[in-house]
Amino acid sequence: MEPITGAEILVRCLKDEGVEYLFGYPGGSVLHIYDELYKQEAVKHILVRHEQGAVHAADGYSRASGKPGVVLVTSGPGVTNAVTGIATAYMDSVPMVIFSGQVPTALIGNDAFQEVDTVGITLPCVKHNFLVKDVRLLAETVKKAFYIAMTGRPGPVLVDLPKDITITKTDYHYPKKVKLRSYSPTVKGHAGQIRKAVDMILSAKRPMLYTGGGVVLSDGSAELVELTQLLGYPITNTLMGLGAYPATDKQFIGMLGMHGTYEANMAMHECDTLIAIGARFDDRVTGKLEKFCPTARIVHVDIDPSSISKNVKVDIPIVGSVPNVLRAMINVIRDEKLKPDSEALADWWRQINEWRKMESLRYKPSTEVIKPQFVVEKLYEVTKGQAIITSDVGQHQMWAAQYYLFDRPRQWINSGGLGTMGFGLPAAMGAKFAFPDQDVACITGDGSIQMMLQELATMKQYNTPVKIINLNNGYLGMVRQWQEFFYQKRYSMTYFEALPNFVMLAEAYGHVGMKIEKPGDVEGALREAFAMKDRTVFLDFITDPEENVFPMIPAGGGQNEMLLAERDDMVSTHEEGMVLV
Amino acid sequence: MENESGALSRVANLFSARGYNIESLTVAPTDDPTLSRLTLVTSGNEQIIEQIVKQLNKLIDVVKLIDLTETDAIERELMLVKTKATGGEQRAEIHRLAEIFDGHILDVTDATYTIELTGRSEKLNNFLNAIEKDAILEVVRSGTTGIARGQKALHV
Repeated sequence: MEPITGAEILVRCLKDEGVEYLFGYPGGSVLHIYDELYKQEAVKHILVRHEQGAVHAADGYSRASGKPGVVLVTSGPGVTNAVTGIATAYMDSVPMVIFSGQVPTALIGNDAFQEVDTVGITLPCVKHNFLVKDVRLLAETVKKAFYIAMTGRPGPVLVDLPKDITITKTDYHYPKKVKLRSYSPTVKGHAGQIRKAVDMILSAKRPMLYTGGGVVLSDGSAELVELTQLLGYPITNTLMGLGAYPATDKQFIGMLGMHGTYEANMAMHECDTLIAIGARFDDRVTGKLEKFCPTARIVHVDIDPSSISKNVKVDIPIVGSVPNVLRAMINVIRDEKLKPDSEALADWWRQINEWRKMESLRYKPSTEVIKPQFVVEKLYEVTKGQAIITSDVGQHQMWAAQYYLFDRPRQWINSGGLGTMGFGLPAAMGAKFAFPDQDVACITGDGSIQMMLQELATMKQYNTPVKIINLNNGYLGMVRQWQEFFYQKRYSMTYFEALPNFVMLAEAYGHVGMKIEKPGDVEGALREAFAMKDRTVFLDFITDPEENVFPMIPAGGGQNEMLLAERDDMVSTHEEGMVLV
Repeated sequence: MENESGALSRVANLFSARGYNIESLTVAPTDDPTLSRLTLVTSGNEQIIEQIVKQLNKLIDVVKLIDLTETDAIERELMLVKTKATGGEQRAEIHRLAEIFDGHILDVTDATYTIELTGRSEKLNNFLNAIEKDAILEVVRSGTTGIARGQKALHV
């Protein structure tokens, strides 16, 4: 076997790992790697226009497909630009491997050109990172990186590659398996705990299933649906968990949390048994912790022990992967022919259906001005509920989550944890690479879209047709909403006095632009756009500028303290709540 | 934990990132050169300690972790103290205190003593309290390290 260079080894590793797309941007320290990429076709490199876009695209690709996202950036600014993307993926537990160039080992620490302490800078926002100092360890390190990224609670792993490593030669051998003595995630749930949990779950009078992104990440949707339907219990999903249980099913009572439905939040507040699955009791879900599920006993299934009893003390913790644990629960219930308390359950459903009558997602329709909720509803109709939807961050994100009914996992892609504006467009592009034959739409706003606009050029270059649904209200809407409610309408720095002509902008990038200003034109425009299968279409919807997202639990409120549209126009919150954000 | 560059900073970073307190921290390679042992003293209520343990276990470089306060354990800290030692009376007093605390005088000049003491941290504090404040010129403490009593051994 001929010794080969580190750059060649890296590319061979990617091929052996089955990597199809590499999202990246070249630079000095990765020139040797790019030279190797040039010589082959198996790994397709996607040239983005900004490193943050590369990471978000890889992220969207991963969330849509379940495969790891793979990124290559150069040292220094290449890395710092990527950090926002890496932190986004980390907060949402997205499996990803990022390769970064580094100055030659002899220059590390010398403040060399385009040098940055990559391992140090990324340390708090990666699952793990490596600096490769010996080319003989390169292949094994790459294998470890993919293994760590994909197993346990997934996350981004970064491999920092000094330039000299990429030209030094050694023999190539890609290990089929790696073992780390310090890392072996628990996959299988503890049988005794599962048994105890089943007993608690079946003894419930007012049960509630609360499930999160962990169900999506672990591909546990089938087991979740089976268990939920076997039990007949109500289910709510977190923002990250939408799609894991079909939103059109009658047992689904909507998203919960700050902008969740009335029935979901009330049921959380009133339940006596909470079954939390792959969810992490995030502050946007719990509201004020002291007021969270005051009467509930809690079962919590999660692969990450540190997620259990972190914010809320639980009664029965089960560490393990969601499909594995749920399958075991289903087996116990079926084998022993266990049945829930049907009488209590019928009462509970009656109560929930009463709450449903509040129609908390009702909004005031208009024939004059386009309501943003209406656009999302029409998008749902036109795409028959089948499109992959990405979003940015803000009001439009909440409306997308509320009004597009996601029936399958990996259909809904958004930055839930970090809340990264600019995520949506590159993520949509990444999703389109994963599923070129499916409709992909990015629901965004005039604030978010301007943070990653440059990727329109990448989308032109690789012909990844995406429909951009811009809910343009001229404001940074979510911040403006808070200013309206909590700062007496002092709209500090939330109004854009200048916005680009988005139609011309889209056309400048070689795409189709459409501006829609009347409610009556919404559906037609959407139909026209989706009929253009091979084009990216930028739909600029001029929407009601001061529409608010309801329901809303103001900061510091409990789950039963929601504000509803048309019923609570002005809101105040106590000082304590303002600190909680 | 793995004896690799960066392992220590992962631990230190975790504590600062999550707002946990480090009271002391010692780290050195073990008899197995691929491993180092880190002993960290922290404080917090039960829930915080539980989180610290879980978060540390999540670090890829952490191989094994035990909470020594959950077992019967021996704690030791090393301290080096440089004191003034001028005049017969002061020299005799410091010498006597060092003996009472099982210390060793490692270095002597006509104006100073350098004393080595080991023990639980409280003992070292007591020594510093016993000695007259003005006499202390420099104090170096290693931070606490420890090992479980009995047959229980932390081994990889």
